[in-house]
Amino acid sequence: MIDFAFFLEIIPVLLAGLPLTLLLTTASMVIGFFLALLLALAQQGNRRIVIWPIRAFVAVFRGTPLLVQIFLIYYGLGQFRPSLQAIGIWWLFREPYWCAIVALSLNEAAYGSEILRGAIKAVPRGLTEAATASGMSKLLTLRLIVLPLALRNAIPNYTNEIILMVKGTSLASIITLMEITGIAQGLISQTYRAVEVFVAAGAIYLALNFAIISALNALETRLTPYRVRA
Amino acid sequence: MTNIMHILGFQQGGWGAALLAASSVTLALSVLGFILGAALGATAAAGRLSSRRVPAWLAHVYGTVFRGVPDLLTIYLLYYGGSIALTQIGTLFGSDGFVGLPTFATGVLAIGIISGAYQGEVYRGAYQAVDRGQFEACKALGLSRYQSLRLVIVPQLMRHALPGLGNVWQLVLKDSALISVIGLVELMRQAQIGAGSTREPFIFYVAAAALYFVIAVVTASVFRFSEARAWRGMVHA
Repeated sequence: MIDFAFFLEIIPVLLAGLPLTLLLTTASMVIGFFLALLLALAQQGNRRIVIWPIRAFVAVFRGTPLLVQIFLIYYGLGQFRPSLQAIGIWWLFREPYWCAIVALSLNEAAYGSEILRGAIKAVPRGLTEAATASGMSKLLTLRLIVLPLALRNAIPNYTNEIILMVKGTSLASIITLMEITGIAQGLISQTYRAVEVFVAAGAIYLALNFAIISALNALETRLTPYRVRA
Repeated sequence: MTNIMHILGFQQGGWGAALLAASSVTLALSVLGFILGAALGATAAAGRLSSRRVPAWLAHVYGTVFRGVPDLLTIYLLYYGGSIALTQIGTLFGSDGFVGLPTFATGVLAIGIISGAYQGEVYRGAYQAVDRGQFEACKALGLSRYQSLRLVIVPQLMRHALPGLGNVWQLVLKDSALISVIGLVELMRQAQIGAGSTREPFIFYVAAAALYFVIAVVTASVFRFSEARAWRGMVHA
């Protein structure tokens, strides 16, 4: 009943989309992470004029569907072509590829900044006080004490976030990027075998997620050698 | 500015009424999907907590697959898979065209299956957070298994489940936009239609984003209210 020959035929076709899925995930994770870090650090002070716009940005990007964000950036901003051309950033909004990365990165920045904000807050106060007492500057304290601890604590939450990002890249297929889900949809409409294509594409995603989770768990274990893990 | 008011207005030729109607489709889709997901999630949690291997394994696979695979792929599976099956049945009765599944029902089913996988994890965690003593007290009072669940365990479990359920609800609301890909005219699809016909995509997607945001904020307060109610009379750390 199970047609192995068919699986052998479609798996390489689907795997051709893996590089694009990985590229979209990596690019938006890296850009999103640095933006998130900036946003989280900017909220450490108590200047309202800095905090409020960031809170609004985070609320909007977390409170609206990613698909709407992608369409707004790809189709919506396309309407302002002359102005975008005038300031020289039209190349960014012309390509679906860059639009997907912009949307995913901003989305990631919003979610990631909340994770990092919590992680920074969770660093015990005594540690920063001790650093100040031993004459460290604010920047040095941040670099040597706060960030290493906060980033390590953020790993489990960030793992979930990366999985969500992998899943999010599938939406790029709606603006014509042929990553795994885009190819899968094409295969379904060509072969009319939705279940087999779903199983094959799903298996690729699950394997990818498993690899990411294992890698980050290993990283966390390595960074917390003193903690005996169950 | 007058242009924007004209496009999104409620007069003849304005899109305001259509967008509001589509928002109610989004809301109905999300609520029904969430309820179906609650049933599936509760079943999955019962499976995960079961001491028997087969239900525990099945529930584990369900949760892993539908939380790990992109939601768009699940939607394609249900819509195309279902339509292909329906078309084949149709040919048996002499029809010779593509028979599409009803999009609203497919959307509810898709959201139900996806959110059920997430809700299962929430209920499982909440069940385990209920104090062991409560189970023993039920036994001591001679309550049946069903009685103890209904009267003692579930009301307490909901306290721990509500924050997680609130997160799943937000996920469901945003996922409902994906149902637009199978042609259901909910908020996202209506915005696409409006954008296409007026050539004003920016206005329509901003309007759609604003409506999603309002729905998200308003419904979040429902969860906050329920949480406060569930914890009433309890001392909270």
